[in-house]
Amino acid sequence: MHKLLPLPFFHVWAYLQTQPLLGLTATLCTWEIACLIDARAGHKAISNPTVLSIILLAAALLITRTPYAAYFNGAQYVHFLLGPATVALAIPMHANFDTIKRNFAAIIISLTAGSVAAAASAMLIARALGASHQVIISLGPKSVTTPIAMGIAQNLGGQPPLTAVFVMITGIFGTLICTSIFRLARIKDWRAQGLAAGTAAHGLATSQMLRLSQTAGAFGGLAIGLNGIITALALPLLVQIFGL
Amino acid sequence: MVRAFMILLLCQLAGTVVQQAVGLPIPGPVMGLVLLLALLVWRGGPDPTLHETANGFLKYLGLLFVPAGVGVVTELQELRANALAIAIAIPVSTILGLAVTGALMQKLARQNA
Repeated sequence: MHKLLPLPFFHVWAYLQTQPLLGLTATLCTWEIACLIDARAGHKAISNPTVLSIILLAAALLITRTPYAAYFNGAQYVHFLLGPATVALAIPMHANFDTIKRNFAAIIISLTAGSVAAAASAMLIARALGASHQVIISLGPKSVTTPIAMGIAQNLGGQPPLTAVFVMITGIFGTLICTSIFRLARIKDWRAQGLAAGTAAHGLATSQMLRLSQTAGAFGGLAIGLNGIITALALPLLVQIFGL
Repeated sequence: MVRAFMILLLCQLAGTVVQQAVGLPIPGPVMGLVLLLALLVWRGGPDPTLHETANGFLKYLGLLFVPAGVGVVTELQELRANALAIAIAIPVSTILGLAVTGALMQKLARQNA
């Protein structure tokens, strides 16, 4: 950066790199810009503001050669809020509690089977194709909502940033493909569609289902939280069973 | 608003304390989620401020992942080295997850429609 900037500006730049202000401001500004782009694009799966913000900020860091640690110095204040936000997921889960109770066995069995199938197949395929240990472990929780997925990856010795990227790719792919899969597999029940979308591709696919049916959206919402809990319990066992 | 935020943080703190003390593989905030859910079931629902604060939080959930996601700049090498495995593992496992959950749920939930 010092070759591109006149000296006084370089001093300002160097000073800002040691402060949280720039990283925090950049995060919020980029988010607002990404939301504007998303609104213009008509809220498509590919114009997801989280994905856009990550791409824009990552590009900015690489171009300006800013170390991630300098950026995170400011961004950590946003990052910290992931913890309480995860706890807050209890509120929409409670709102769906009666629905869960009525179909308890069906939901738990379907969700656990799908969750284990997705996590195990992802890790086993990656291992068969010679992926590194870090990548295999970080792929495990990729169907879970990001804050929970990153926590699970961290506990199992994966890389939370890698998991965050895998979660996003999974969400975008799941959103684009879910309707075709439901047609091919003749899954017509809205409850089943919503539960599957929330289990395999978390909030991104769920918000897509919510546009088609309120029932599907509600089942997607409860699948997000339940899958987080079930994966947190099942993944350490899977890792042990498969010796990953 | 402050009280609602305090409740969320207290649940997270309690969850983290339990997780660290027992050495559970479940992340502290997830334990906090379970704790708050149990509390809500017991109390019969959130009070309006907690409801409002939690939903306000969740509306911006997408923003909260951004700092961690940008961490991908430190993992570019790892991504490039494992590109093929990732490009196959994610689509196949996602399709499998969608089909298994959907088909089972459609079968099992039919009776009490």
